Amino acid sequence: MGLFNKLKNMFKAEKQDKSSTDFSDEVLCDDLEQLPSHDKDSIRVYEKGLSKSRKGFVSRLADLTSKYSKVTDEYFEELEEILIMADIGVNTVMDFIDRLRDRVRKENIKDPSLLKEIIVDELFIIYVNDEVLSNKINFNENGPTVILFVGVNGVGKTTTIGKIAHKYKEDGKKILLVGADTFRAGAVEQLREWSEKVGVGFYGKEESDPASVVYDGLELAKKDHYDMVLIDTAGRLQNKVNLMKELEKINKVIRGIVDGGASETLLVIDATTGQNGISQAKAFKEITDITGIVLTKLDGTAKGGIVLAIKESVGVPVKYIGLGETADDLQAFDIEKYIYGLFKDMI
Amino acid sequence: MFETLGDRLQSAIHKIKGYGKITEDNISDMMREIRLALLEADVNYKVVKEFTNIVKEKALGEEVASSINPGDLFVKIVKDELTELLGGESSPLNLKGSPAILMLVGLQGSGKTTTAGKLANFLRKKHSKKPLLVACDVYRPAAIDQLKQLGKQLNIEVYEEGKKDPVEISLNAITYAKDNGYDYVLIDTAGRLHVDETLMTELDNIKNKVNPDEILLVIDSMMGQDAINVITGFNDKLPLTGVVLTKLDGDTRGGVALSVRHLTNVPIKFIGVSEKLDGLDSFDPERMAGRILGMGDIISLVEKATESIDEKEAEKTAKRMQQGKFDLEDFLSTMKQMKKLGPLENLLKLIPGAKKMGLNNVKIDPKQMAHIEAIVLSMTPKERRNPDIIKASRKSRIAKGSGTSVQEVNRLLQQFDQMKKMMKQFSNGNMKLPF
Repeated sequence: MGLFNKLKNMFKAEKQDKSSTDFSDEVLCDDLEQLPSHDKDSIRVYEKGLSKSRKGFVSRLADLTSKYSKVTDEYFEELEEILIMADIGVNTVMDFIDRLRDRVRKENIKDPSLLKEIIVDELFIIYVNDEVLSNKINFNENGPTVILFVGVNGVGKTTTIGKIAHKYKEDGKKILLVGADTFRAGAVEQLREWSEKVGVGFYGKEESDPASVVYDGLELAKKDHYDMVLIDTAGRLQNKVNLMKELEKINKVIRGIVDGGASETLLVIDATTGQNGISQAKAFKEITDITGIVLTKLDGTAKGGIVLAIKESVGVPVKYIGLGETADDLQAFDIEKYIYGLFKDMI
Repeated sequence: MFETLGDRLQSAIHKIKGYGKITEDNISDMMREIRLALLEADVNYKVVKEFTNIVKEKALGEEVASSINPGDLFVKIVKDELTELLGGESSPLNLKGSPAILMLVGLQGSGKTTTAGKLANFLRKKHSKKPLLVACDVYRPAAIDQLKQLGKQLNIEVYEEGKKDPVEISLNAITYAKDNGYDYVLIDTAGRLHVDETLMTELDNIKNKVNPDEILLVIDSMMGQDAINVITGFNDKLPLTGVVLTKLDGDTRGGVALSVRHLTNVPIKFIGVSEKLDGLDSFDPERMAGRILGMGDIISLVEKATESIDEKEAEKTAKRMQQGKFDLEDFLSTMKQMKKLGPLENLLKLIPGAKKMGLNNVKIDPKQMAHIEAIVLSMTPKERRNPDIIKASRKSRIAKGSGTSVQEVNRLLQQFDQMKKMMKQFSNGNMKLPF
């Protein structure tokens, strides 16, 4: 359970500046001096994006510990409310509270401030669950690395592709975007505009069969020696059987052209999504081998807590988070930083 | 979409159906089930709390105690409260301006552009009038293109000026609409976060300049607990006149529908139910509540009962049943009440699972009912209160008086006797009708 201490050390310096409850970049620059610069930058992006999300959640957790001098039933009820309001799945929360009650009883914990640390630890345990999690993208050694983006309508698949293309272009990769969302009006055009903005290759055709677009795109990628192919698919609600079948077909086409098929299949989930996120993850995982989640729109007030429940019940980890609309607003997901971002004021 | 919520409520309600009375004890399990069901449906935590409190209070109140079946009445309470939460009555669009101006606002990806297309289509069909779509999403790549494509599919004109100032575009669009005889102007705005001050100010500027008849907030029905922050965020900065709930054709339980009206008092006006351009329905709170519960029929049965049964009379009868004092007088009054409910066949059809049990085709002879009534009416009050005194001579008199036979009188008396025995067995608080 060293996470709590780790987090604490991560921003120990910050604690000295107790007056700054509000979050500003200057404060962070000073406080994060000891950390390697790469870490510093990424933490800052998390904090910037999560500052709105965090406000409600963390200040309420902090209130909770100062409000109660003893761990009571009311304390648990309020804790439950806070966690549910963060969209951490209902079952996950109920189990979590039960475990916490158990631990409180066994270890005879009476002081709520001690419980704070346990809450953070337990949340971490739910997510990690004794696994070694990687937020790295798998690359295909022999041929283009194909990343397939799937998700329900309006979660931000196309925007995410634009951001990921930007990120790997900076790493020196030769990238092709394939617009296989032939259903939604203007979707192919939207991706094409991103390709121009970021300066990467593009292939797409409106009003044609998505699988055939993928086929042509991959042939092009092979011929022109692209390193990465990012495939945009149409948004589909997970209960639409025919649309889910279409995904199967796309996968088959990919396997036919690239050995081993798609290196990554990323499910894009909107941070404002509620309990339906679990259903989305389950349904998409059944059809296609989801390797990771991109959690978008975390720059709003939504906390995206549903990813904890998804990891717990479906076992799919988050790889990236989206924190805004520009090409830079994408970060590799790091659970420690995520929890850090959510709990900063509390610790 | 709401199936699972309905199922969960059903099974919760099923649990208390076995009880004759709703008590503090047997209700708590059920309230927990309902609470979880609503939370899993993403209903706002505070709304859930309030809702369960109200339902509990009403269920423990007197009206349930005196009802025919506490389980059914409980269903009615839940449904009434759901309907109330959903806004009570449906609220139509208010389109007075000439042209009438509608503005669509919301977060990114909630479905504004698609909704704009659907709504234009809906208005054209329903009022056979001429709508104009206006592309004011100048930020997202290809958003204008998307609306133009929709317009092409629908054969509805789209006004656009490329990536200029949205305030100016909307003003010019209205002038254009006036000059060209359009009846409705639908302004599609860019998706934005409710906490993005610059972009929220832009919406406010559009609003001030064009003075829209309707400002509709488009919300994704899959939204979780954050929905309330979004709704209040938009509502605080703009005078919202309605909400459009999208993507209800997914498997979301759409609990956000329950939170919207209750927490903001902004009515839901439309729901998006498919990806096709005619997939937009007017929102009907009562129908939605029935859909959530998945038990519309039993409700009309309960409603019928509440409408036609004299509660005091029923209560009196129930009390006598409990005390084992049920006599033919009570039997007569119960039968009169039953008759008020209309043909029995119709009532049977309303029972859930009636088809499965073959009850939908049962034929009941109304004459038989009339005979029974005639027999009881031919008895003296004394005989009705104390059927044991009815011996051979009384029987033949009753048979003659009612135009039936002694055998029929015997059968009725036997059946009544059995019924009374059964009632004694169930007398521990069970108040089922003797039919």
